[in-house]
Amino acid sequence: MVEHMIHDHSDRLNVSPLTRYQDFLREGKLAYQYDAEAQRAVFHPRVVSPYGGTLEWRISSGRGLVYATTWISPRNGEPYNVALVQMDEGFRLMSRVAGVDPREVRIGDRVRVKAVQEEDDVLIPVFEREQTGETQP
Amino acid sequence: MNGRGKAAIAGVAESDLGLVAPGMTAMDLIAQATQRALDDAGLALADIDGVFAVATQTRMSTVGLCEYLGIQPRYHDVTYMGGSSYMTLVAHAQAAIEAGLCYVALIAYASTQRSGGRANVSPREFNAYETPFKPVLPATAYALAASRHMHLYGTTREQLAEVAVAARAWALLNPLAWEKDPLSIEQVLNARMVSFPLGVRDCCLVTDGGGAVIVCSADRARSLRKKPVFILGTGEHLSHLSISGMPDLGVTGARQSGGQAYAMAGLASSDIDLVMLYDAFTINTILFLEDLGFCPKGEGGSFVEDGAIGPGGRLAVNTNGGGLSYCHPGQYGIHLLVEAARQLRGEAGARQVPCHTAIAHGNGGVLSSQSTVILGDEDAL
Repeated sequence: MVEHMIHDHSDRLNVSPLTRYQDFLREGKLAYQYDAEAQRAVFHPRVVSPYGGTLEWRISSGRGLVYATTWISPRNGEPYNVALVQMDEGFRLMSRVAGVDPREVRIGDRVRVKAVQEEDDVLIPVFEREQTGETQP
Repeated sequence: MNGRGKAAIAGVAESDLGLVAPGMTAMDLIAQATQRALDDAGLALADIDGVFAVATQTRMSTVGLCEYLGIQPRYHDVTYMGGSSYMTLVAHAQAAIEAGLCYVALIAYASTQRSGGRANVSPREFNAYETPFKPVLPATAYALAASRHMHLYGTTREQLAEVAVAARAWALLNPLAWEKDPLSIEQVLNARMVSFPLGVRDCCLVTDGGGAVIVCSADRARSLRKKPVFILGTGEHLSHLSISGMPDLGVTGARQSGGQAYAMAGLASSDIDLVMLYDAFTINTILFLEDLGFCPKGEGGSFVEDGAIGPGGRLAVNTNGGGLSYCHPGQYGIHLLVEAARQLRGEAGARQVPCHTAIAHGNGGVLSSQSTVILGDEDAL
């Protein structure tokens, strides 16, 4: 009989990964997914784990290290930072380090989530620097 | 299946380049390049029975191209993985020919990226995890990779500038190149900053253009007009879509795609005479020189110093002037194949280098997809 079984869709999703992530941000929490079988953090949020296990949601400490950094110089406007942050829980995301000269952000800077803001109709976590150049990620 | 040397490039051509006539479409340019490549090979439209084409400005590339050219293909393929697609289409064409699915394959691409405006021609997908931070893509992604390289290996902006200066020196030897004036290290360093450390002279051109490559069996190619350029090895690797998903910003999938291509070709980097690398940004050339084995990891910056990859340097790299100074019509992969074939036939004029083997390495997205083709002349078989 097994070969004739079709999926019954009883696990139909009512909330998308993006909506769930946004809902956590609305509560001031930076959430990520964790594949317990593979013991690996997953980001961006998804329906299926790329490591083969089952995904659960976890809340990040909001702390990490700058992994890569650049500053952008618009033709009209002030320079701003774009960084990839390696979070302590092992996932990496794009954000910006605010509150310092964007040109002075360095790889290895210790950062933490400072605020959740709305931009382009979505909520985003923005970081602040706690300490410069602590570790070399 | 090792198809080493069983298929060959029999014809190559570019469409009009730079800023094309008003009203020209990407499909007009593909058709023009196709006709020129057929003339190059000594073949006719009726000979094409395999169509391998991508054009980002049209949704159904092979369907549109076959209608335009009146081709009823026995086989067609619209594999799309960004600027590296054309190397992978060479591998697919070779496999299709070997499997008997087609005899004469056309591989083609074109874009009106300059006359149509980059934002119109290449709109970017909204990514809720990246777009709100306003990265200037693709430049910011490559800048982030460059920041890692500078951090880990001490690579400098001057070394990045060496790549742009070498490309410009080669472009001055190529009558079809967009850029016509010399470029200095200081000019690169002082150019408008886009996304640090990449200034505007570290970034590829935005031009119109395109090209076509005709592939057939090695035996058929030997009966045609030009010296065959044999396909010795191919390889590809997909690692991520957006830059925040790249496993390690210091190492690209060129290591895997190149490894596969070298293994199939039975060659090592030391056997390669001409190196054609997808230089969308100056950091690309440094990363790919390392990941394809032309220098150890981390030494790409010092490797390119003192004009080492320019005319008369220690390694012939991007002899057409590259995406930085020759032509970059949104995607540049097909042009790497065109130049490699011309060099291997001895048709490169003032920029000709002595060569029997060439590597053409394509890059797509934000270091996302890597695809490598190793080519050689009769002596390399």
